[in-house]
Amino acid sequence: MFKTFAPEWEGFEPGRWSNTSVNVRDFIHRNITPYDGDESFLEGPTEATKQLWDQVMELSRQEREAGGVLDMDTKIISTITSHGPGYLNKDLEKIVGLQTDKPFKRSLQPFGGIRMAQQACKEYGYEVDPEVVEIFTKYRKTHNQGVFDAYTPEMKLARHAAILTGLPDAYGRGRIVGDYRRVALYGVDMLIEDKEHQKETHFVRMTSKNIRLREELSEQINALHDLKKLGEIYGYDISRPAKNAREAVQWLYFGYLAAVKEQNGAAMSLGRTSTFLDIFIQRDLERGILTEREAQELIDHFIMKLRLVKFARTPEYNSLFSGDPTWVTESIGGVSVDGQHMVTKNSFRYLNTLNNLGTAPEPNMTILWSTRLPKAFKRFCAKMSIKSSSIQYENDDLMRVTHGDDYTIACCVSSMRVGKEMQFFGARANLAKCLLYAINGGVDERLGVQVGPKYRPVEGDVLDYDDVMEKYDDMMEWLAGLYVNTLNVIHYMHDKYSYERLQMALHDRDVKRYFATGIAGLSVVADSLSAIKYAKVKPIRKDVEIKDKAGNVIGVTKNVVVDYEVEGDFPKYGNDDDRVDEIAVSIVRTFMDKIRKHHTYRDSVPTMSILTITSNVVYGKKTGNTPDGRKQGVPLAPGANPMHGRDTHGAVASLSSVAKLPFRHAQDGISNTFSIIPDALGKNTKIFAGDLDIDRLTQEAVSEDHND
Amino acid sequence: MTSSPEHSTIISETTCPLCEEGAKSHLQEGSIMIGYIHSTESFGTVDGPGVRFVIFFQGCPMRCLYCHNPDSWQIRTQQAPAGTPMTAAELLELYERNKEFYQNGGITCTGGEPLMQMGFLTELFSAAKQRGVHTCLDTSGIVFSESRLAEFDALTQVTDLVMLDIKHIDDEKHRELTGHSNAPVLAFAQYLSDKGIPVWIRHVIVPGWTDSEAEQDALGYFLGGIKTLKALDVLPYHTMGVRKYESLGIPYPLEGVPAVTPAQAGAAREVILKGLKRRLRDNILGKQ
Repeated sequence: MFKTFAPEWEGFEPGRWSNTSVNVRDFIHRNITPYDGDESFLEGPTEATKQLWDQVMELSRQEREAGGVLDMDTKIISTITSHGPGYLNKDLEKIVGLQTDKPFKRSLQPFGGIRMAQQACKEYGYEVDPEVVEIFTKYRKTHNQGVFDAYTPEMKLARHAAILTGLPDAYGRGRIVGDYRRVALYGVDMLIEDKEHQKETHFVRMTSKNIRLREELSEQINALHDLKKLGEIYGYDISRPAKNAREAVQWLYFGYLAAVKEQNGAAMSLGRTSTFLDIFIQRDLERGILTEREAQELIDHFIMKLRLVKFARTPEYNSLFSGDPTWVTESIGGVSVDGQHMVTKNSFRYLNTLNNLGTAPEPNMTILWSTRLPKAFKRFCAKMSIKSSSIQYENDDLMRVTHGDDYTIACCVSSMRVGKEMQFFGARANLAKCLLYAINGGVDERLGVQVGPKYRPVEGDVLDYDDVMEKYDDMMEWLAGLYVNTLNVIHYMHDKYSYERLQMALHDRDVKRYFATGIAGLSVVADSLSAIKYAKVKPIRKDVEIKDKAGNVIGVTKNVVVDYEVEGDFPKYGNDDDRVDEIAVSIVRTFMDKIRKHHTYRDSVPTMSILTITSNVVYGKKTGNTPDGRKQGVPLAPGANPMHGRDTHGAVASLSSVAKLPFRHAQDGISNTFSIIPDALGKNTKIFAGDLDIDRLTQEAVSEDHND
Repeated sequence: MTSSPEHSTIISETTCPLCEEGAKSHLQEGSIMIGYIHSTESFGTVDGPGVRFVIFFQGCPMRCLYCHNPDSWQIRTQQAPAGTPMTAAELLELYERNKEFYQNGGITCTGGEPLMQMGFLTELFSAAKQRGVHTCLDTSGIVFSESRLAEFDALTQVTDLVMLDIKHIDDEKHRELTGHSNAPVLAFAQYLSDKGIPVWIRHVIVPGWTDSEAEQDALGYFLGGIKTLKALDVLPYHTMGVRKYESLGIPYPLEGVPAVTPAQAGAAREVILKGLKRRLRDNILGKQ
């Protein structure tokens, strides 16, 4: 479709990407320079980098002293073009652009929900402009309002009781990764041209589905026009392709910046950019117009900007996610489908920012790990992991099978092909609580109210495995249905009231959508069922008071199982013991199959994740005592981790238990949080030489003798 | 406390060291042997080369003052059935299921004192060698005795590496520190050297016990005579074992002794290496 080979592309190998269609993968594969060497070529920070980073550190200090937020916008609603240019220090910054007109000033994003925006401001001593509040309550509906208009009482109750948790019904769903590389490779004009073409060639029979897509394509085109204006605000013409490395980084960053200016998503991930950008850097290095030092500086400044991304969020949100994460995930490395690794010098440069700027959780550097990655790169990753504890690893050999070689990770584990697939983030269902509902016939163990269906509760003085399993199966059946339907409401409304127009403009027209459900509490469930099966678990029943919002007792539910007495030992998940690991595997498969039975919004493909890295703490607070001996309030294990302290056979056994979980039933990802003290990874070389060479020592001894 | 291993109650040629009764049945040829295992660790990174599957044997005759595994001391008797009974096949099955992780590693037997169950250990290592698995024995060497050479010959045939812990080079101090003479330990080191079995030596620096330069130099000088010495691991004493003693209700013998810094251990290593080189020089000059 492209009429000419753009002058900015000179030096690149042409192909489908340049004469047929938008195809970044093709560009990468024709132009990549894989790197097998080590990190010795890397450069340290420049003076400008150090100065800018000192400034950021100083602002961070001020922000902490100010109680967590330094400045907030209370009047200007954030859009791609809402603010004038903002800088740290214009003269020093190689890569520019901030979310607002000042660093550390948080933008106002009310489309997800005005109340959330108000609360976020109020908590830090700010107040949203009354006019804005009026507009977003009287005249412009938000995503949050839309959802609650459609929720059923059952959905609201399940949400309140926290058997469905962390639902994106009051905040941005995130997890959509625009292909920001397209901005650099094609420039915005070509992308607009492409989108116009997509719209012209789409169905004209006006079904609601087709009408919606036409409207969305128009929204996307508007967003691209705004993106061009964002470039102009900072003095750049990004309508054309980037002609050098600095422009490529800058163009790409503008794409990402536009996204975070409009979306306060739970995870605003970057994509798979390092190897793409390496091609531009490599071309400049070869042309002699860029030095390695300058290349590293570009990446340092880019990463610095990513570290500055901040959103206005409420303390509840922060407690759910244990902090204020933005999940700017960048996927590095991996192997192509033809077996060539995709590590470049720029893969090293990205990790080197952890040296040059120091350790930081964002951007979330994620290595797409394969046994076939070059050895020197593996070593460097290990070294940087030990040094920074900031690197995430994902199994490329596993994911390449379903996603090919141009996928990325959104958030922590959700994999999708860049620009071709997106997902509807679905938070998670609390399967540990679901087990308690099975035991109590749908009565919530903390609230005393009937939340689930009124099935027959477990009777008798000892829990019987077959009986509990049968009841659990029924309760999961109910939960899966309610869960999927709740998510259908949420994503319908998010598309309607808070559509990610810019991110979707950087996707193909016909995207594959994943319906990403999730589960929490897997290890608690596995251990609980194992306890019931292999030890003797006695339920302890009590009357539970029902309270209203003010805390007044308005009723009593009799004989609720609120605690358990466990006699004897039982196999615990995390020790490579099939007796319990198979329970975990079967729960994953069973629940996923139940999810699959239901209609999903926009023909999305249902998937499931086991990944609660942070919110497991809050979920634990809201889950009563469990039959494995865990007490109410104790955090659930993160992701697919074994419960803390129960994996007693070392890391390999623990990892093996997790590795048994079937990826095809948890395709949105399985996470395992792994902490180890560096000393336990091997000997410190200073104390331990490993190989003593007696011959060499003898020689030394003799030569020392001569010197004497 | 017994004064020498020859008279020690822990070693006997006729009865099984593990249980006085039933010894015949499990030492009999052709029957499946049982080992008494304290625990296993699937991710050992400091117990030999590579990532290793580590088997902790139950039972140890030594009572080293700084032992950080006092829970593995108890020797199994009928009255006190310590340890989990396991067969070599069962242990190797645990290894096999995760062998991808151990490609550059293997199996390490430690404890406790693995040589207390030498028959079982030999059977386990033989089976491992049959499957091509690298075998490493981590031992104090205290059980070594000239009178059991045939058994040791059989064991070393299937042992790729021995990690030998020398607690103290001075015999008197060694007795105070461990309750036993160091003569069998040093004899074992010499035996391994003669047999051509690679040896890694481990030595813990404990303030007030093993931190004198004279002693470190003497240790080095001794090590210079071990032809198969491949590594020297000088460890700083740490206090992480204290809590185990508390939970076992045993008074902690080194109460108040401060932990050693890695730098101090590094310096000690240099002194030991110096002594080692002195011996190497003497070897050449024919002084030894």
